[in-house]
Amino acid sequence: MSKTLAEKLLNQESGNIVIARVDLVFAQDTTGPLTVRQFQACGFKRLANPKKTALFFDHAAPSPSQEISNDHTLLRQFAQKSGCLIYDVGGGVCHQIVAESLAKPGDIIVGADSHTVTAGALAAFATGMGSSDVAVAFALGKTWLRVPESIRVAVDGKFPPGVTAKDLVLHLIGKIGADGATYKALEFGGEGLENITMSGRFTIANMAVESGAKVGLFPTDSITRDYLKAQGRAKDYKPLSADEDASYEKTINIDLASLEPTVAKPHSVDNVAPARELKGTKIQQVFIGTCTNGRLEDIAIAANILKGKKHHPQTRLIVAPASPSVMLEAMREGYIQTLIEAGASILPPGCGACLGLHQGVLASGEACLSTANRNFRGRMGSPEAFIYLGSPAAAAATAITGEITDPREMM
Amino acid sequence: MLKGRALKLGDSITTDHIIPGRYAHLRSNLPELAKHVLEDADPKFTSRVKKGDFIVAGSNFGLGSSREHAPLVIKMAGVKAILAKSVARIFFRNAINLGLPVLICNTDQINDGDELEVDLKAGTIKDITNGSQLTFAKIPEIMLAILDEGGLIPYIKKYGDFRL
Repeated sequence: MSKTLAEKLLNQESGNIVIARVDLVFAQDTTGPLTVRQFQACGFKRLANPKKTALFFDHAAPSPSQEISNDHTLLRQFAQKSGCLIYDVGGGVCHQIVAESLAKPGDIIVGADSHTVTAGALAAFATGMGSSDVAVAFALGKTWLRVPESIRVAVDGKFPPGVTAKDLVLHLIGKIGADGATYKALEFGGEGLENITMSGRFTIANMAVESGAKVGLFPTDSITRDYLKAQGRAKDYKPLSADEDASYEKTINIDLASLEPTVAKPHSVDNVAPARELKGTKIQQVFIGTCTNGRLEDIAIAANILKGKKHHPQTRLIVAPASPSVMLEAMREGYIQTLIEAGASILPPGCGACLGLHQGVLASGEACLSTANRNFRGRMGSPEAFIYLGSPAAAAATAITGEITDPREMM
Repeated sequence: MLKGRALKLGDSITTDHIIPGRYAHLRSNLPELAKHVLEDADPKFTSRVKKGDFIVAGSNFGLGSSREHAPLVIKMAGVKAILAKSVARIFFRNAINLGLPVLICNTDQINDGDELEVDLKAGTIKDITNGSQLTFAKIPEIMLAILDEGGLIPYIKKYGDFRL
């Protein structure tokens, strides 16, 4: 019987419920404290696999308040006692660290963060859960899962200049809707995959959850192999893909050549429009970073557009590289200098302004163009603020003009 | 059998509507956090809600974050169950894990303030105010077992493991 990639990774047919081993389990600093409390409430004393359990300080790091500092203390004490991996302040965004260092093709990964789906780009069955589920996975090293039906996204062709993976995923969500893949796996395939970089695949898998999907999966190929090799993890590679004649709930075809710079308008991710149609929309803050677009390739695209230019006087520019290694590489390549010369405020590796906690909270009436993954009302601060989502290229172009700008105008 | 009043909300109520990230510093102070439940969807929600009420929503309820605090503050407000046309998967799982039933049904015929009677075992919802009766989608058995114990933590405490 031919299998989808989701069925292969869970080793069961879609629709079945499985008790699955968990190869990596983690929480971050806003879901971790409840995870620790649920773990203790259950009477657990020990982790199933301390070296496969991680706590990340990224959502509010360094801590912006006493309350969160106390939460951080709770997590540090738990890490010390339990022997789990800890990525303290400055350690980077959880999903980026999981991608760089921890996730392997074929893994089953559970994280107390909805964007855990990011690691699906490495053919890991990676999905977000809440604190109770993650607490139980901490202790038992397993979880229950319903094997999802799959929707295939078949891509063909090559991105035109100025168009990136972010535009593809925004286009896709615009097409299927914010609940278009609820409870399903999105499986990407087709010949066009050879034209999507590993960084772009992480961006796409990351946003699978914005269509309701449980997981966003890519097969492994030479791009995956080269990425793992560059991370010093060549031995983690394994070939994984859906069977040729696997059956899908439906197939969505996308020709990369037909895409253009795309922006999601307030207040939902599926409310998309071509960037060119939004010309004239004034933007007070541009935010480049997050688990969606805080990788080296993203910073490079932004720096190349901003080189020798200044941000618009009415538009502040905030950049948060997603990990220490992204930050270091961006420094070595001169991107950080370029961005600072363009007037950017550079934040430490972390989630920054994405969820309205600190480091770029929006005022009432303000509009932000962000490279993050969510533009819900109230997400970045005031419920009277407006969030637009776009690519790093669109963000950089917008920072220069002060209004939403199709990046192709700057190239 | 659960009995209570319908509190209607619209489509696409996100976890940021339910409990925004700007209150993340209150996540270890649940009584304070709970004061902000649903304030970005309905600023009068906390004064409207009474113990035993049902939230009756449209489609894609609870989309967004994995924060379990979202169903937690709804439960703390006294809500006994959530009825919606569709529900985002992480929220669905989180609510069940806290012992808060989430029932997927066509909520169009239910009006704000209607008196409802929910029979979890039979899978039916009776709108006493307008006399109509609805059925809700079957909940997977493992989730029913978790609900029966009042949530995932009591379930695991009792059985020590998942049981299929």
